[in-house]
Amino acid sequence: MNIFIQQIQQNLAYFLPETALVVTLCLSILAGLIFGKTPKVVAWFVFIGVGAALFFAVKQAGVSQEIFSGMIAVDPFAVFFKSLAAVCTLTIFLFSIFSSEVQTTVKRMAEYYSLLVAMTLGMFLMAGATNVLMMVLAMELTSLSSYIVAGYTKEAADSSEASLKYIIYGAVSSGIMLYGISILFGLTGAMDYAGINHSLTLNAPNYFALLTATIFIVVGFGYKISAVPFHFWTPDVYEGAPITITAFLSVASKAAGFAMMIRFFKVIFIDTTILAVPAGMWTSLYGFEWNKLLAILSVLTMTLGNLVAVWQDNLKRLLAYSSIAHAGYMLMGVVVLSNQGIAAVLIYLMMYLFMNLGAFFVVMLVANKTGSEDISAYRGLGYRAPLIGVAMAIFLVSLTGLPPTAGFIGKLYLFAALLDAKWIWLAVVGALNSVISLYYYARVLRYMFLRNPEGQTGSITLQRSEAILLLAFVIPTLLFGLYFGPLVELANASVQMFGIR
Amino acid sequence: MAYHFLGIGWLSWITFLPIIGMIIVLLIPKEARSAMKWTAVGITFLQVVISVLVYLNFNYNLSGINTQEGMQFVEKAKWIDIQSVSWFGRLRIEYFLGVDGISVPMVILTALISFIAVFASWKIDKALKGYMVMLLLLDTGMMGVFVSLDFFLFYVFWELMLLPMYFLIGIWGGARREYAAIKFFLYTLAGSVLMLLAMIALYFSVAIVDPATGEKIHTFNMLAMMNPANFQPDSLLVGFGTQMRAFAYLALFIGFAIKVPIFPFHTWLPDAHVEAPTAISVILAGVLLKMGAYGLIRISFPIFPEMAQKYAFALAILAFINIVYGALCAMAQKDFKKLIAYSSISHMGIVLLGMTALNTQGMMGAVFQMFNHGTITAMLFLIVGVIYDRTHTRDLDAFGGLALTMPKYTGIVTVAFFAALGLPGLSGFISEMFSFLGAFQVDKLRIITIASTLGIVLTAAYMLWTLQRVFLGKVNEKWGILLDVDAREMFMLVPLAIIILVLGIYPSFMLNVMTSSVNHLVNLIAQNGSAAALLQ
Repeated sequence: MNIFIQQIQQNLAYFLPETALVVTLCLSILAGLIFGKTPKVVAWFVFIGVGAALFFAVKQAGVSQEIFSGMIAVDPFAVFFKSLAAVCTLTIFLFSIFSSEVQTTVKRMAEYYSLLVAMTLGMFLMAGATNVLMMVLAMELTSLSSYIVAGYTKEAADSSEASLKYIIYGAVSSGIMLYGISILFGLTGAMDYAGINHSLTLNAPNYFALLTATIFIVVGFGYKISAVPFHFWTPDVYEGAPITITAFLSVASKAAGFAMMIRFFKVIFIDTTILAVPAGMWTSLYGFEWNKLLAILSVLTMTLGNLVAVWQDNLKRLLAYSSIAHAGYMLMGVVVLSNQGIAAVLIYLMMYLFMNLGAFFVVMLVANKTGSEDISAYRGLGYRAPLIGVAMAIFLVSLTGLPPTAGFIGKLYLFAALLDAKWIWLAVVGALNSVISLYYYARVLRYMFLRNPEGQTGSITLQRSEAILLLAFVIPTLLFGLYFGPLVELANASVQMFGIR
Repeated sequence: MAYHFLGIGWLSWITFLPIIGMIIVLLIPKEARSAMKWTAVGITFLQVVISVLVYLNFNYNLSGINTQEGMQFVEKAKWIDIQSVSWFGRLRIEYFLGVDGISVPMVILTALISFIAVFASWKIDKALKGYMVMLLLLDTGMMGVFVSLDFFLFYVFWELMLLPMYFLIGIWGGARREYAAIKFFLYTLAGSVLMLLAMIALYFSVAIVDPATGEKIHTFNMLAMMNPANFQPDSLLVGFGTQMRAFAYLALFIGFAIKVPIFPFHTWLPDAHVEAPTAISVILAGVLLKMGAYGLIRISFPIFPEMAQKYAFALAILAFINIVYGALCAMAQKDFKKLIAYSSISHMGIVLLGMTALNTQGMMGAVFQMFNHGTITAMLFLIVGVIYDRTHTRDLDAFGGLALTMPKYTGIVTVAFFAALGLPGLSGFISEMFSFLGAFQVDKLRIITIASTLGIVLTAAYMLWTLQRVFLGKVNEKWGILLDVDAREMFMLVPLAIIILVLGIYPSFMLNVMTSSVNHLVNLIAQNGSAAALLQ
């Protein structure tokens, strides 16, 4: 017993980022009670707290350790996703300062911030979870917090609707996932990934049962990353939630979902007995082809996401479907069973962070200034607010995946991983999908530049701070399109997971 | 090092000058309209100067194509170099520029057409600043494509053109501009994503050994891709004549064919050309179409020589369709601009036919025809622009007897039309003759070549018929007295007419530049192609 406690005490040193978040969360609730009328104090407080968590997470770089008796792994892979989540949270805090939706609710703003911190904590845990129980708990922590913030502007009917839809879908899918997990537990008698893998290696279970369990578990993952056909909540929630939250869900939540999914599949189904595979590739246990399942999901996700996005008139909804499509692209990287594929997903996520958050920031700015998220509000925007127009054009081009922008590099690496693993048909489908996506992204461009403003024609002015924040997304989006070496090296180094050679 | 200015090579200057111009234009206040125009004029003029310098300093004996030693004005620098990890080799992307006999004519053409396009844009009213910025950005993209020797760099420039082109057609175009712009954008992107996949597949298949460390480096270097020995064993595209290589060749082909455009990928062209403002039509027809053909010659053929040989016949059939179908369509048009647009399809077919011959004459004809078509068709679009500016219609039947009211104009039009229909003494004749001559020598293509000559007759028919309808006959009183071409228009048209005339009489000015490279290319394809045949 003593040794156990000692271990926990020692392990706490590796738990600093999460600890920082927990402390921030608790104190932010207290701070909300004390400084209720001046939410700026709370904002600065959580900003510093998450900043500290980011700092501790980055300091963990290079560590590869399992803590709390195999509940959580601290490895480069987890560090990458923790840092990504923290950066995203910090960005959302900045967005919130400019968001008129959030700023009009002075009374509840402390809750908003503390819930965001709770979500971030959940994501940190998702990134490291190596035990199915931990995974489910972490996922629920993120989900429950996000249900509330999705309905944060409770005065707006669609926000409440979004929250409710989100809960229902979330509850059902995590129920199904839990059922899948229980089957998996029944088959293997283990909860931690390594144990499950070991048990599966020793004696092959009933193939049908394993397949059923996997499909059920994929439902949970699919819901988190909003993959078709588990995406139905996405457009409504994205449309109803405050834009800051939508942006957060579309990047950080999705990234955490991917982290969880990649680790789950890679650690559990890797065949450790086969050593004669090329470096960086791995094989699945007794040819269990879960990746084919994901390939189908990927094709469905990107094709449907892109096709439906074509018909959207609300920019938030359009970006919602576009984010579904992007989840489909990233799934392609998981399919190939190679480190290269995983690295491609990581690279894509980094690029996606800048371009997607940037696009949402523009939507927020336009909604602030014109009061509308409809595409008609973008009529002649390029002439009314040149900086916003040009910035949005760059984000959209990047989302399409054209050089010289970051999005192109993301796509390049995904396709590269696919072609190297000879998944040619999937690469072709992905490539053609980016042509479809061009149509609706270009539609926004068309409204912004090819049409003259109607009605309101006055020019829209930006505050200097807004312009600076906007440029903070534009510059990386362009820069990483031309010089991406360091990001690729970071991704290559972050592929490494604990317990995998 | 020679050929440098301020420590930066000439090719970098010629490529990125427009970017500098773009920044200057952005800084000029909105009211200073003429300052923007003259900045663009200055920048494009400097490009012309550099291109002439490149031409004058070009060494005719070096052939280029697949050797770096043979390339001229080479600039090479590491751009992206990613250290290898255990499961993935080293990755290198280079900033690699250079020209040989095939790219020099294109560089000159691009500089010239861009310069003229600025003058053709003189009367743009709407958002002049944006227009000039886009035009200059487009210019960089075009020039970059013709000077880059790294596939990745090539691709970046290739795609860089799409967005400015979309805006140039979409904002400053005619009535159906939005439709034409997005159609152009979607078609080209569809082609280029396939090209991207082929590019990645090539990249994984090709590796060079670093002389310093002995490490294997994956590279996008086009010259390395042309050497069959660099293909790694067990890689996707190793060997000759495999199915994978056929797929990759096809993917590249579609990417380039859309740009040329080759039937059945041509349907974007009439829309884009008709809706675009005059200057942009000139650039589209004058330079952009050449990129597709250039890509085939520079990338597809030398990297996939066995496929080039295998599918030469199929390509020739497409060329035949382009020539005859393009001409027939042109004949049926009532819209002056659409007629010229379809004539472009027909003339690009001749380029394609010359290429498929895979012999010196044919290839020479193809490259030369690319240059000539660039100048001739630029003239034709400018001519349409002149009449459209005055009457705001392009209906061929709305005119008549313009020869009486606009004699100078008629004179220039006659030169351009005769050049287009291949009258001896004008440049078009030489290149068309070479193309047909080359294709005729190949046994397999003989019948197709004979059939394709029908296109010349048809071209003569629609050109002369147009001349008759517009310039001869009764004067249409509706227009009153139309002003003849003014000084600005003369300034755009006369240099082109002179080039057409001079190259028609003494084509060696251009042919000498190309000879050695074309010969080398033809030998390379024959050599590697026959090696492939032996292996099979």
